[in-house]
Amino acid sequence: MPSISQQPHKFDPPLEPDLTSGKYVKIWHGPQHPGITGNMSLELTICGDEVAHCKTHVGYLHRGFEKLMERRTFIQNFPVVCRIAVPEPAFNEYLYAAAIEEIAEIEVPELAQWLRVLNLELMRLASYLMWLGGSSGSFGMTTVYQWTVTHRDYILDLFEEMTGARIYHMYITPGGVRAKLPEGFKGRVLKVMQGVEKLLYEVEKVVFNNHVFKLRSQGLGIISKDMIDEYGIVGPNQRACGFERDLRKDQPYLVYDQLDFEVVTETESDAYTRAWVRYQEMHQSVSMIRQVLDKMPEGGSFHADLPNVLHWNVPAGETYVKAECTRGEYGYYMVTDGSEYLQRIHIRGPSYTHAVSVMEKLAVGINIADVAGLMVSLHTYPPEIER
Amino acid sequence: MKSLINRLTEQFKVSLEKQTKSDLCFIRVNKDDAEQLIRHCRDHESYTHLSFLTAIDRIEDNKFTLTYLLHNYQSHQSLGVHVELDRENPVMHSLHRLWGQMATYQRELKEIYGIEFPGSPRLNDEFFLEGWDQIPPMRKEFSTVEFCEERFPIREGRQSTDAKQTMKVEIYPGRGE
Amino acid sequence: MKNEDNTFANNGLLPEEMDLFCNARPVPYEPYSIEVVEKFFNWMRANSLWIMAFGTGCGAIELNPLMTSRFDANRYGIQVRPTPRQSSVFVIGGYSSVKTLKRIIRSYEQMQGPKFVLALGICTINGGMYWDSYNTIKRLDHYIPVDVYITGCMPRPEALLSGFFELKRKIKAGECDGANRYVKNLDWYKDNQKRVIKKWDMPDYNW
Repeated sequence: MPSISQQPHKFDPPLEPDLTSGKYVKIWHGPQHPGITGNMSLELTICGDEVAHCKTHVGYLHRGFEKLMERRTFIQNFPVVCRIAVPEPAFNEYLYAAAIEEIAEIEVPELAQWLRVLNLELMRLASYLMWLGGSSGSFGMTTVYQWTVTHRDYILDLFEEMTGARIYHMYITPGGVRAKLPEGFKGRVLKVMQGVEKLLYEVEKVVFNNHVFKLRSQGLGIISKDMIDEYGIVGPNQRACGFERDLRKDQPYLVYDQLDFEVVTETESDAYTRAWVRYQEMHQSVSMIRQVLDKMPEGGSFHADLPNVLHWNVPAGETYVKAECTRGEYGYYMVTDGSEYLQRIHIRGPSYTHAVSVMEKLAVGINIADVAGLMVSLHTYPPEIER
Repeated sequence: MKSLINRLTEQFKVSLEKQTKSDLCFIRVNKDDAEQLIRHCRDHESYTHLSFLTAIDRIEDNKFTLTYLLHNYQSHQSLGVHVELDRENPVMHSLHRLWGQMATYQRELKEIYGIEFPGSPRLNDEFFLEGWDQIPPMRKEFSTVEFCEERFPIREGRQSTDAKQTMKVEIYPGRGE
Repeated sequence: MKNEDNTFANNGLLPEEMDLFCNARPVPYEPYSIEVVEKFFNWMRANSLWIMAFGTGCGAIELNPLMTSRFDANRYGIQVRPTPRQSSVFVIGGYSSVKTLKRIIRSYEQMQGPKFVLALGICTINGGMYWDSYNTIKRLDHYIPVDVYITGCMPRPEALLSGFFELKRKIKAGECDGANRYVKNLDWYKDNQKRVIKKWDMPDYNW
């Protein structure tokens, strides 16, 4: 074992400023702060209005899911998983189901796969709309927030019709989905999509051509090319840096290989570009939802035959499944030992790195008024960090 | 993936544990070789992305198993590296100089499993929990139900039913297994 | 935890911090002696419910639709304020972990009276989904007084609105005495709080 050298290293945490010198002030940004995403906090040391040092504190939403899931049977876990990431529960449901299906070797019917893609893409769009509102809100444009959250609500109405619930759908079950589409649902989806597209063009005019937004977000929080792999940055944050990596394209799951889409990439890698990449992905989602509605088979089974789920012993195995959520690679690592219970489950949320190590690095040197904008531009969801 | 395992076996003492699908396999390496192996995979086999680091509590073998999951963006393959630690005195070399987010994972494992990573920055800072005075919560011997009953009063009137019994007796009476 | 002159001992603080914090005990609010005036006050209180912007749990996600143009709670005098000093309603958004509970107590005590607590979600009532989680509290009313509960996981925005109306009704009827209950039974609440919050590094009452 080579000894770890004593010289400072690029991954070592920066030295904390000397508070007794009188040059610095330490302030807390969160957890009770309107400019924070979710319930987490940043401990900022500032010099004037410039951030000199930043520490992230998480754990305000820690519920111990991984422990709770170890003591519930496989089917009891299924209503639990969607509560892990609040604004985006569908990806948790899909990944939990996919992990079990892979270990237990269950074949999912084709119709169920299309319905899953429809559900996931609607979820992605809803989540991005929420983010778009938060993003423009944190740069001072609260009107856009009103528009986008309302349009997200129309999508939640679709979810309610499709699954029975607005937020926690519990729609994607191990083996398939819970229900078919209701009568006339396609028409209503297309109508909402029309509205969303109209909204997006207005948002482009109001936000992305806005001089103030450009001034504040261009050049803010630049992620260099080296940082991408060193810090495990994924998703739109990575694509804004010029990397053409998207799990839907690279390792297609469900029926994404039958859909027509291009991976969006940009090169500037600042807050503005990251927002622009997400904006384009929203258009892409709309087009994908239309394609799914077009190509979806009409009939067929939507659920595979399962053994009696109350006495379900999933065979021993170990797997890692992942999907591209709005923030990037979302993964479930599942270990089973052949009993009725899980041996271990680990949930890899993309915000884990974005909100902790990347945020601590990027926040240094920026203006304190832009901290909220930077956080939003990284698109972090605290509940998936602490689970 | 076969050729990668062959190349790795030539240089390190690794054993293939299982290949679950075409783009994911798990290997086992001993604790002292882990850093060299992972560094080699990162620098020479282009497994540049660390998906996560986590631990599994195998209480029946008296072992902790660490899992480092590396990902190769060129071949789209993932490699899981298992490292076994003794459960009584779990100490692992700190790999925080390989990836920027590694220190966070190590801090989490120290808190929820009690695994030591000497030299890792901010290792003893609280991460998820605050003022925790029990054994690390993710260890299998920690019973979360008993802890809740002792620590948090609950409202009277909460009922719970055994799902199996309810299904058998009330919902589907007379139907077999 | 009490000194002889009925002030707080503030044992959680470091010696050099003692002078920085107030150690006086809060006193209950006495209604105005003329009944009509007190009723008028209550009417005014009920029509300017200002929520504190602290999303303590996942319930905060349904506050967004509630506060924006679709459900538009602003038309009922409900709006979001950034600091505890300006707000009168604390919406506890679902489960609260032990770490958050400490911040909830701190923010709640910093709010100026009259103040009301609206607890949403089943997890504030008896733990709900997280009844066996080692890090979330099960009964919120053991730690801070709750005026109105809204059950469900998630409660819909319509349910939130009806919860706000119930709160308004109670305020107008003069039944919302949560803050007074808190002050009168402060020692019981503090005992409960200190039983779960092991790292108590703040004053006993956050003025």
